[in-house]
Amino acid sequence: MAFDKELNLEATELRLGLPGTKESEKQPTIAIKSNKRALPNFNEESCGSKENSNASHLIQKRDQEIASPAKAQVVGWPPVRSYRKNCLQLKKMEAEAAGMYVKVSMDGAPYLRKIDLKVYKGYPELLKALEEMFKFSAGEYSEREGYNGSEFVPTYEDKDGDWMLVGDVPWDMFLCSCKRLRIMKGSEAKGLGCAV
Amino acid sequence: MNYFPDEVLEHVFDFLTSHRDRNAVSLVCSLWYRVERFSRQRVFIGNCYAISPEKLIKRFPGLKSLTLKGKHHFADFNLVPYDWGGYVQPWIEALAKSRIGLEELRLKRMVVSDESLELLSRSFANFKALVLVSCEGFTTDGLAAIAANCRFLRELDLQENEIDDHSGHWLSCFPDSCTSLTSLNFACLKGEINSASLERLVARSPNLRSLRLNRSVPLETLQKILVQAPLLVDLGTGSYVHDPDSETYNKLKTTILTCKSIRNLSGFLEVDPRCLPAIFPICLNLTYLNLSYAAGIHGSELIKLIRRCAKLQRLWILDCIGDKGLEVVASTCNELQELRVFPSDPLGIGHDAVTEYGLVAISIGCPKLHSLLYFCQQMTNAALITVARNCPNFIRFRLCILDPTKPDAVTMQPLDDGFGAIVQSCKFLRRLSLTGLLTDQVFRYIGMYAEQLEMLSVAFAGNSDKGMLYVLNGCKKLRKLEIMDCPFGNGALLSDAGKYETMRSLWMSSCEITLSGCKTLAKMMPRLNVEIINEHDQMEICPEDDGQRVGKLYLYRTLVGPRKDAPEFVWNL
Repeated sequence: MAFDKELNLEATELRLGLPGTKESEKQPTIAIKSNKRALPNFNEESCGSKENSNASHLIQKRDQEIASPAKAQVVGWPPVRSYRKNCLQLKKMEAEAAGMYVKVSMDGAPYLRKIDLKVYKGYPELLKALEEMFKFSAGEYSEREGYNGSEFVPTYEDKDGDWMLVGDVPWDMFLCSCKRLRIMKGSEAKGLGCAV
Repeated sequence: MNYFPDEVLEHVFDFLTSHRDRNAVSLVCSLWYRVERFSRQRVFIGNCYAISPEKLIKRFPGLKSLTLKGKHHFADFNLVPYDWGGYVQPWIEALAKSRIGLEELRLKRMVVSDESLELLSRSFANFKALVLVSCEGFTTDGLAAIAANCRFLRELDLQENEIDDHSGHWLSCFPDSCTSLTSLNFACLKGEINSASLERLVARSPNLRSLRLNRSVPLETLQKILVQAPLLVDLGTGSYVHDPDSETYNKLKTTILTCKSIRNLSGFLEVDPRCLPAIFPICLNLTYLNLSYAAGIHGSELIKLIRRCAKLQRLWILDCIGDKGLEVVASTCNELQELRVFPSDPLGIGHDAVTEYGLVAISIGCPKLHSLLYFCQQMTNAALITVARNCPNFIRFRLCILDPTKPDAVTMQPLDDGFGAIVQSCKFLRRLSLTGLLTDQVFRYIGMYAEQLEMLSVAFAGNSDKGMLYVLNGCKKLRKLEIMDCPFGNGALLSDAGKYETMRSLWMSSCEITLSGCKTLAKMMPRLNVEIINEHDQMEICPEDDGQRVGKLYLYRTLVGPRKDAPEFVWNL
């Protein structure tokens, strides 16, 4: 099978028959029905490997994958017991669904909000989301001085019940210990590193 | 030996524990056959359709322990439709009617109903052990019957079954008088169980040595149980999650110090890695560690744990351990005999997965390795050749490259030579699974060198009938051959029909065989059941058209002819 260098949707189309075989194999009225199954397109490049042992043109270029191939599921592959597959699948779904919702309060705001911390990859994203949600600016964070140039300071309550400045500990540690968030107003934030 | 009374012969036969030895002995002469059959207590039936319950009962009136296997291995991968067969009910009915004093029943890939379990629980006063592996069709109501009625139950072992969980009350059905439990495994149950009932059950089971909990059992309960069962040898944790600063966790740490007998550890379906230090003190005693469901332990936490387990003989893990993690295993676990690396993301292109590097590292550090199941991203011939040289003692070698036709990752050549090295070097190899880009050549190697091979699993390999022929002609001890998506046709299928009577079974799916070939074979060999699984009416359109390709063929030797419980979509030719 020729190595398709263009974005060729036909190559990633899900159908019965080996990659490279013609459309006509789909017709059910032929006496000899093909029951070969298309392999999942792990890499576009690997499609033709079954037919060519001379695979000089099959070069692994994972980072140059043109289109993310549809994860076609061939029944029976990979050979993992369905019990095990279901367990791992369930765990994955649970982890994705669970979320880590914490309350966020802002001094002066009439009501609180809730956000899912798991959605954010790190502090910059979290702060941006908070700023958008409450229409404020947190300023620049530095380890020595906390948040510089803002009236508002993001803080959180940790597992011991103490109020901490957001950003001091590694993100993963923050995720484990944060119970709720509070955006403190400047005047109250003295001592927490707000250099107003 | 013919001058000895029967009792002496019987006493000698008592020392023969393996089924094969006893089978061999029964073939020597009719006297030995007679003595053997009356003294046999344990029978293993690898295919429940090869023989009937009536014949079993007739031949072995002293039967106490029965092992039965139902569906074909590929049922594990959803290739066998749900109601294909493999029902245990007729067996239990027949045994119940007879005078057999059944004490142990072990089933694998069979359909078990609550009705069957209820009948089982009421029919055998001395019933002691029930082991169900990859079975389905029953609910916790059936378990309740077993718990309630089997007064001398020692072992209830449920491994990877699909069980409909109605409630946790089944555990409370063990009467207060039941104190004989030695082994209880309900890890595969999905529902809640009553913690108090469990604690009381453990408290009144002084002989309990193996306990595997399901994910609903909290850490507090685990701690209380371990206090009652310090002699446990085999432990499967429930939900291993708690605040590591809590009193409960501290209690657990202290309690585990008393559990000096634990050798097997599994579970961790739910896990907080911060609680792992509690088990560090027992790690050095462990010989079997199963973390293959512990998706929550990875990276440095996983490595920290493994580094403490220097005496491991069997390790089951997920591929998120990575090649670097396998290097740690190789340097730590020098006694390792069995390694299974499962894919944590079966459908995806895992970024943490393992490659040939990890396997080579293992082969260097673990010279005693004899059993391998290895799901990986890629492999090379060079690596396989190195592994073959370092570990000549393999008896089971199962390699699964997630992309099944992937060539040698470096040379882009087929992996024929790599596997060829394995079969040439490992003279005791009994089980082999192949993946990767493979031509007929690999089968030529297998036919030439794999003299002890009993089971071969092949997918997406070979170029022509020659491949299959090499195997059928060469592997004299072959018992099970299972093939999917290979270009083998009628020529290969029919070349040596008699061979199939020396084997337990042959499976071929999505190959090139046609209805005509299968019909011919069925006609030639009346003592084989040749079954075509015809799902989705693939072949309904013209059932007389013998030129049609067969989607799934399953044939097996049998003494009792075509089975009567086959569903409509199974054609027995």
